[in-house]
Amino acid sequence: MKNDDIKLFQDGKRIDGRTNDELRPIKIEVGILHRADGSCYLEWGGNKIMVAVYGPREAVPRHTQNQLRAIVNARYNMAAFSVEDRKRPGPDRRSREISKVTSEALEKILLLEKFPRAAIDVNIEVLNAEAGTRCAGLTAAGVALADAGIPMKDIPVACAAGKIEGQLVLDLGKEEDNYGDADLPVALSPRTGEILLLQMDGHLTIDEFDKALDMAIKGCQKVSELQKKAIIEKYIAELEVE
Amino acid sequence: MTITPSIKRDYLSKLAAQGKRADNRKFDEYRSIEIEIGYVPKAEGSARVKIGNTQVVAGIKMGVGEPYPDTPNEGVMSTAAEMIPMASPDFEAGPPRENAIELARVVDRGIRESQVIEVKKLCIEPGEKIWIVFIDIHILDYDGNLFDAASLASLAALYNTTVPAEHFEIGENFPLPMKDPPISCTSVKFNNAIVTDPSLDEEEVAEARLTVATDENGDIRAMQKGLNGSFTVDEIKKVIKASIDNGKKIREELYKIVGK
Repeated sequence: MKNDDIKLFQDGKRIDGRTNDELRPIKIEVGILHRADGSCYLEWGGNKIMVAVYGPREAVPRHTQNQLRAIVNARYNMAAFSVEDRKRPGPDRRSREISKVTSEALEKILLLEKFPRAAIDVNIEVLNAEAGTRCAGLTAAGVALADAGIPMKDIPVACAAGKIEGQLVLDLGKEEDNYGDADLPVALSPRTGEILLLQMDGHLTIDEFDKALDMAIKGCQKVSELQKKAIIEKYIAELEVE
Repeated sequence: MTITPSIKRDYLSKLAAQGKRADNRKFDEYRSIEIEIGYVPKAEGSARVKIGNTQVVAGIKMGVGEPYPDTPNEGVMSTAAEMIPMASPDFEAGPPRENAIELARVVDRGIRESQVIEVKKLCIEPGEKIWIVFIDIHILDYDGNLFDAASLASLAALYNTTVPAEHFEIGENFPLPMKDPPISCTSVKFNNAIVTDPSLDEEEVAEARLTVATDENGDIRAMQKGLNGSFTVDEIKKVIKASIDNGKKIREELYKIVGK
């Protein structure tokens, strides 16, 4: 997807004025929904994402139950109005894939063996999409799971790195995603450093991959601090009210 | 009736006999309303509406298409509602069920039949090309009274809409041509009590539901009765009065936000 008309760098800065290792602005709110057991609202650049967690509760239909542990149903869904051209409602191949890799990433980190036959439902709704929704969705899911009080080893977090016009950058924006050379979304267990999700498209040399991965992990760690801050703020505010 | 609703029913009925509601509202009192427009920048128009804890987002996308043969110079609208599993432990993923379809159709009818969108101004080439208005309603948090929340969010989103003519290379962008809106107000009946703007618990024990949309003159523009209970004529008049009174307040709130 090369486009020679579009310059992704100007005066050494990226198209939105960021430096190479700078994240877009991130805002996290915890517990914004009344019905859900845990919830999170996340703004990440132009992305607006809501996550609701339900469970652990009995998995239905029964044949989906696992006798030894809970199952995780992450469901990534884009609102019809969240993108430039209206998207038909309902899951498509892309959102099914993202739901699957997100579920798998979360399975690794949740203490599922505590809840045999149960399901943990993680509903990720993309209300406004602008590059990097799967990372933003997983990051918000981590916060919502913590808000739901579901036992887990760590709060999962995700962030992408990539390559544009031959340079490695953190957290691709819209144009960078469309006209860049590579995109590398990574989800991390920040405490242990384990990689929970890894995808790549584009073209990276081995050396570039090493650097990009390192960059993405550093990005994850920054976002992780924001997650923890948001959760602590909510519960401190609740304590003060009491 | 399963056990939990029957306990709720007893509790709410006892309160109602003392003239009370579980959240201390008067019978004809609406919950607080919050309207935020331009919530989704990617949409041509959007709004988030909260009625109490109920939360709904509506987004408008515009497309270009062919008119129906019987209305060659009128734009077309289409409404869809998604009761996504985020909003309630009882909502399931998958294609829209009965409830979501009824909701979308009632909202659609309220907007279509009241001609609040001036569809004649949405013709590009008579018989060839017209604008299509897609209204998509996302239920985020379900605590009762989706009909009113979805209608109000759709209206606010429509007022917020800019027709993206430049994007389609047909002249300059312009605001979606709109007339005065009808405002929907829903009441339910249980055990001979009639309450306006039902909470989820009240909705769960309701025997009958009536939605009345009224316009600026206090005239009725649409109605929908739901559920298997019945109303007396006096009860219907009472519901209409509550709808006109509350409609007036909600309209003021809406106008304040959309700057009309």
